Amino acid sequence: MANLTLVQAINLALTQEMEADDNVVILGEDVGLNGGVFRVTEGLQQRFGDNRVVDTPLAESGIMGTAIGLAMNGIKSIPEIQFEGFLGPAYDQLVNHAARYRSRTRGAVTIPMTVRVPIGGGIHAPELHSDSPEAVYAHTPGLKVVMPSSPYDAKGLLISAIRDPDPVLFFEPKRIYRAYREEVPEDEYTVPIGKAKIVEEGADITVVTWGAMTIQCINAMDSLPENLSVELIDLRTIYPLDVDTIVESVKKTGRCVVAHEAPLTAGLGAEISALVQERCFLHLEAPVQRVTGFDTFMPYYKMELDYLPESPRVAEAITACAAY
Amino acid sequence: MPIKVAYKATIEHMQILDEQGVLDAKLARDTLTDDQVVMLYEHMSMCRRLDEIAFKLQRSGRLGTYPQNMGQEAIASVALAARKQDWMVPCYRENAALYLHGLPPEKILLHWMGDERGNQIPDDLNMLPMSIPIGTHMLHAAGIGWAAKLRGIDQVAFTFFGDGSTSEGDFHEACNFAGVMEAPVVFFCQNNNWAISTPRHKQTHAETFAQKGLAYGLKVRQVDGNDIFAIYKAAKEAVADALHGKPTLIETLTYRLGDHTTADDARRYRDDAELEAAKKRDPLIRTRKYLESKDLWSAELEDAMIETNKKKVDDIVARATNIEPPKTTDIFDAMFATTPPELARQRDTMQTHSLGMFPQQETLQAPQGAHA
Repeated sequence: MANLTLVQAINLALTQEMEADDNVVILGEDVGLNGGVFRVTEGLQQRFGDNRVVDTPLAESGIMGTAIGLAMNGIKSIPEIQFEGFLGPAYDQLVNHAARYRSRTRGAVTIPMTVRVPIGGGIHAPELHSDSPEAVYAHTPGLKVVMPSSPYDAKGLLISAIRDPDPVLFFEPKRIYRAYREEVPEDEYTVPIGKAKIVEEGADITVVTWGAMTIQCINAMDSLPENLSVELIDLRTIYPLDVDTIVESVKKTGRCVVAHEAPLTAGLGAEISALVQERCFLHLEAPVQRVTGFDTFMPYYKMELDYLPESPRVAEAITACAAY
Repeated sequence: MPIKVAYKATIEHMQILDEQGVLDAKLARDTLTDDQVVMLYEHMSMCRRLDEIAFKLQRSGRLGTYPQNMGQEAIASVALAARKQDWMVPCYRENAALYLHGLPPEKILLHWMGDERGNQIPDDLNMLPMSIPIGTHMLHAAGIGWAAKLRGIDQVAFTFFGDGSTSEGDFHEACNFAGVMEAPVVFFCQNNNWAISTPRHKQTHAETFAQKGLAYGLKVRQVDGNDIFAIYKAAKEAVADALHGKPTLIETLTYRLGDHTTADDARRYRDDAELEAAKKRDPLIRTRKYLESKDLWSAELEDAMIETNKKKVDDIVARATNIEPPKTTDIFDAMFATTPPELARQRDTMQTHSLGMFPQQETLQAPQGAHA
C-alpha cells in the first residue's frame, strides 16, 4: 500500500499494465520526456522507451485516428488528449469511427483503446482547459465513459479500461489530480466499469455525482443539519450507467439531487432525473433537483467559481429538496 | 517514354540583418527607414519588458497562466507592412505585432488575468482575439480574406501560428482554401523550434515548414524570424501578391527563449546549450548593434528608453489591474443577442435547481395531496 494522489495512481496503473503487456502503447502530445503537462506519464518513456511512450506531432485527430489504427492491429493504444477542450479536432475520429467500428462490422473490427483526457474546471486554467463535455460522449453510442474521483478507483478503473475490448473514454478530473492522497494497493486490481460507489450511506436523500464534484458534495454535507441523512453516490462510470444503484437508493430515500459541473440543459442530470422519474415515481417525495453549471461557457478564471456548482450551491439544493 | 519532371521547387531563405547587426544593404533597399528601425527597437524593448513583468505578475499570483513571447518580438515588423484596414488573426506569440497594429496591450494582460474583456477588440481594429486551441484559427483568416475578395474590399488577412500548428489538419485546409479561393491571406508560421516539449524535428519529417505551402499552390518564403528587415520585406511582398489573388506562406525561423507557458518548465526537455546559442540570435541585440553601427543609438538613448518603457509598462499593468471587476451577469448576457428566458432565470437566481427558482414555489411546501 502506498499513499498516492490521483496522478500517481494513474501513473502506477499505466506502469503495471505496460509491464504486463508489451502491446500497451501510450501516444500523445508531450507525454514522453516531459511526462505530460500534468506529469501523469512521468518516467514512463524512460522506462519503456520511445516506441511505447510516443511524443506525437501536434494533431488530436491524428492521435485519435492512428490510435484507432493501432488498436485494430494488435496494439492496446492509450492516446492522451491534453485537455478536454482539445477533443474537438479528434471528435470525428472518436465518435464517427472508434465508437462505430464494432457495430458497423458486426464484431469483425474492434477498438480496444483507452482515451485519457483531463477534464473539468477549478484550476484557474485558460479557455478550453476547464470544460466538462462528458454528456456529449455518454450520448454517443459505442463509447464507455469513465470518470474516477479517488486514487483507488482511478487505478482500478484504468486497468479495467485498458483491458476492455472496446473504446473507453477515461476522464481525469484535473481539479483533484493532487487534491488528496489515499491508500492504493501496490498489486494490480480492477474496479469494474459500470458500477457506482456509495460513498456515504443515508436514509433521507440521495445525491448523485461524479468526478471532482464528489468532493464538493462531501464538503456540502458538512454544512447540513446533523439529523439529515444523505446517501452520496459517486457514479465512477457515466456510461454504462449503474441504474440499479441509483434506483435502489432513491426508492429508499424518496428524494434525489444530481450535481455536475457541466451545463444544465441536456446534461447527465437530465438523464438521471428522467430515470428516477420513470423508475421511482411512486417513491418520490420531492422533485429531483439538479445542481449544475449554467447554460453558458465556463467563464475565464476571474468568474470561474461563480459558474461552478460549489458546495454551498449543492447544500442549498439538498436543503430545499429535503424540506419539500 | 522519358520520365519528365512534373514539379520542381526551391525554398529561399532570406536574412537581411544578421546576428552581428550587419545589414545586407542591397536586400534592405526600400524596406525600413531609420526612424522605423528606431521605433521598432523601442517597441520590441517595451514588449520584452512587458513580457518580463507579466511573468512576474504570474509568479506573484496576479496573472493566470501566461505564454511568454520573449525572443519573437521581431514579428512586430509585420504591422509596418500591414495597412490599417488589414486583419490580424493571431495565436498568442505575436503580441508585438498586435500592439503595433493598434491593440491596447492591457487587453492581452486582461485575457491572461482570466477576464473576457481582454478579447473585446476595439471597433476600429480588424483583429481577432488570441486563439487558444492550436492551429484552428487560420481557417478563419482564409474566410476573412475570401470575404474581402467577395465584397471587393481592399484587405489582407495576416494569420500567425507556430510550427506545431502545421501538424493539425486545419492548417492544411486553410492553405488549400486560401489557394483555391485565391484569397488575400498571408500565413506566418513562427517556427520557434518547440511545441511545448516537442522539438521541430519530431513535428515534421520535412526539411522546412515553408514547403508545406507548395502543395497548396501558395507562394512560400523562409526568412530569419529575428530579423525585422527580412520579415518586413517578405510581408510587404506578400501583401502585393495577396491582393493579386496569390496567398503566401512565410516561415520565420525564430526561437522560444522562454517556457511554453508559466505552467511549463523547458529545462525538463531542452538543452541549455541550445538555449544559450539562441540567445545570441536575439532580435533585440542585433537591432541595437545595427542602430549603434549607424550612430542612431547610444547608451544615453538606451537609458532614456528603459525609463520610458518602465513607465509605459507600469501604465499598461495599471490599466489591466485597475479595471472594475466583471459582473457575473455578463456570463449570461454575453451568450446571445437576446437572452433566452430559461437562461435569464439562471442569471437572475444564480441557481439551476428548480426549488426556490419560481416565485409560486416559494413556500417549499408541497400542495396538499401531492405526496404519494
